[in-house]
Amino acid sequence: MRPSLRSALAVTAVVAVSACGQFTDPAAGGGSAFPSRNLEIMAPAAAGGGWDLTARAMQAALRDDKLYDKAIEVTNVVGAGGATGLAQLLSKGQGDAHQWMVTGLVMIGATERAKNGSDLTQATPIATLTAEAEAIVVRSDSKYQNIKQLVDDFKANPTSVKWGGGSAGGSDHLVVGVLAKAAGADVKKIQYVGYSGGGETKAGVLSGDVTAGVAGVSEFKANIEAGQMRLLAVTSPKGASDAPSLKEAGYDAELMNWRGVVAGPGLSDADRTAVVALVDKLHSSPKWQETLAKQGWTDFYKKDVEARNFIANETMRISQLVKELGLS
Amino acid sequence: MDLLNGFATVLLPLNLLFAAVGVTIGTLVGVLPGIGPALTIALLLPITFNFDDPIGAFIMFAGIYYGAMYGGSTTSILLNTPGESASVATAIEGHEMAKRGRARAALATAAIGSFVAGVISTLLLAFVAKPIGELAVKFQAADYFALAVLAMVSVTALLGTSLVRGLISLVLGLFLGLVGLDSVSGQLRFTFGAPVLTEGIGITIVIVGLFAIGEVLYAASRVRNGSDEIAPLEKAPLRTGYLSREDWRRSWRPWLRGAAIGFPFGALPAGGAEVPTFLSYTFEKRRAERAGRDDFGKGAIEGVAGPEAANNASFSGVLVPLLTLGLPTSATAAVMLAAFQIFNLQPGPQLFQTSSDLVWALIASLFVGNVLLLVLNLPLIQVWVKVLEVPRPVLYSGILVLATLGVYSLSGNVLQVFLAYGIGVLGYFMRRYGFPIAPVVLGVILGPMTETQLRRALVISDGSFTAIVTRPLTLVILVLAVVSLVLPYVRRGKKLAFADED
Repeated sequence: MRPSLRSALAVTAVVAVSACGQFTDPAAGGGSAFPSRNLEIMAPAAAGGGWDLTARAMQAALRDDKLYDKAIEVTNVVGAGGATGLAQLLSKGQGDAHQWMVTGLVMIGATERAKNGSDLTQATPIATLTAEAEAIVVRSDSKYQNIKQLVDDFKANPTSVKWGGGSAGGSDHLVVGVLAKAAGADVKKIQYVGYSGGGETKAGVLSGDVTAGVAGVSEFKANIEAGQMRLLAVTSPKGASDAPSLKEAGYDAELMNWRGVVAGPGLSDADRTAVVALVDKLHSSPKWQETLAKQGWTDFYKKDVEARNFIANETMRISQLVKELGLS
Repeated sequence: MDLLNGFATVLLPLNLLFAAVGVTIGTLVGVLPGIGPALTIALLLPITFNFDDPIGAFIMFAGIYYGAMYGGSTTSILLNTPGESASVATAIEGHEMAKRGRARAALATAAIGSFVAGVISTLLLAFVAKPIGELAVKFQAADYFALAVLAMVSVTALLGTSLVRGLISLVLGLFLGLVGLDSVSGQLRFTFGAPVLTEGIGITIVIVGLFAIGEVLYAASRVRNGSDEIAPLEKAPLRTGYLSREDWRRSWRPWLRGAAIGFPFGALPAGGAEVPTFLSYTFEKRRAERAGRDDFGKGAIEGVAGPEAANNASFSGVLVPLLTLGLPTSATAAVMLAAFQIFNLQPGPQLFQTSSDLVWALIASLFVGNVLLLVLNLPLIQVWVKVLEVPRPVLYSGILVLATLGVYSLSGNVLQVFLAYGIGVLGYFMRRYGFPIAPVVLGVILGPMTETQLRRALVISDGSFTAIVTRPLTLVILVLAVVSLVLPYVRRGKKLAFADED
């Protein structure tokens, strides 16, 4: 029976190794012209999350539409809301066009708090890819019929409104911050209950723990349709069919939870142009477009210089906001 | 009759194959320390994008979950190395049984108990999901705080024979739970500037470190003493299966009680499998003490039967808020929610109407998964127990390899591996000096839950502590906590546990 146990363990080990695909080529190093070897796309978060899904969707599109002729692997580096992954890219990916990392809005606040000296603008921005608007909801029996009533009460008596959303400093918290600033309310007095994710936020809104909930629009969709919650506003530039955007409601506040891709720092111009060209092909590939539709992701494509400017502006704006919210 | 249609869908040969594949993969990853069902399902998710029909994917996922939970209890029992927090309670009595040559009975009561509880809780899911889901969402932060306090005081039975040592272990766990980013204020605590600690010390890291690595170090330190010999396997009573008549008699009530504890706790939006398994263990231990028996800690079969049943029942419970409200309450549920969304299904109040075919097929697949688990795993017990005959040095080095692999693949970060080893060294010294391990796990799970919920309640009440006594539900739960703390001593007129000091 001993051999059967051993083979069982061996099979298990193989399943584990191949399923995780985290063993990188030790010979990999920077310097060679792009594309010359295997491509590594890092998701700076655990498997199954938004960054991981984005990285794996990129991998699938590059592979299935035959845009890259060598192997493409996805690695997960977990830690500090993505700051650990960023630090790794900055230290090990110097001048390396073959090391990409998925990034997004949340990483800016995370690096601001992690204080490990790394900053998203130090990497080479390639493109932004997708974005999701955030939604502000109340329970359907709430006295607030529109966003103005809620914000008026919030301005008059900031502590009377309890906001609920994802963990402190994440995109949901930032929404409350930009709204408070735009409305002229006291940012320091925001009463924010941080939940561990959209699911818990929903429970918090439904149980009456919090006055208003904030999460990505898709999160509340079913509850709004079922009449359990009322959508007050969305954070995109344009409103939804059943609620205005914050801008349309008269608050100069806008926040998209965007995701994009960066490469190692200090890329040569030739390498950067080649990588941008590849991501351009990826973006227009049928497989990527199909994924966008399937996942319900909104296309938010900006490339190269445009992406660099966007990421630089967001980094300034969000770092400032995180400080004002008293989070760093 | 919707359920019958569900069965008609699930019993197609292809779907049965998916269920069998799921249970098999699940059992394998469950045996591996650190790699749990959530990670496995997350990794398999991209493959299922290509399925035309989401039903096959969900059937496979349910199989993976059940398989992983059973695989986790197998290693808990045989090697005292639970891979998941839900299997920790099983390890306490289960491994004692294995050491006394009763590994077969322990594995069998785990398998049959899982089956019984799985079937009962799935029936509950099928028929009372809606009202339970609506009830569960009435719980507010203050109620969860009270519930966490209740769990904390009522699981003191886990503290072992020495109250002082048990409490030290518990406090250690509470401390480990504090490390990392504070979700309420966004501040870092006890990270000492180390980025590896910012997200906190994962419960899986703690379990793999304390149990798998700590156990290996301890075994290695004693290999020349040879004093930790494991008794030879007792002969299986063939006529009654793996369980003797006596085992059956002692197991069936804990199975039912475990199911009764596991399902409602799983259904709460801050549920999961850990609290009900610990509660079930405590409950069985208290009953045994009241009946004047003192075999807990020495391989009491009730201590395996109850927690295993509670564990399986809690999964059906977790599906209640997931299906009726779209609330994922465990890591596995969160990944399943992502899967629903990929297939353009929105779990929530209307899912039972808009996609009732799928919901009933999913529920039917839970039944099928349970049956398959039993059919596949009962015969495998004969194979699993052979693990105990593997020479110790080979076995323990194998565990170390798998534990390292598990932790690394979980995080992709070698620092997490070092962290797990650091905790493993701690686990070695705790064993060496007779500190119980389970209370640490309890502290890591319940500490952050108690703290977060209390602080949420305080934010909501503008900092007033009256919030935790003005809500009737909160007050009732807190009173229950006090009663469960005091009652054992009042009723038996027994001297305080401090006097039991060894």
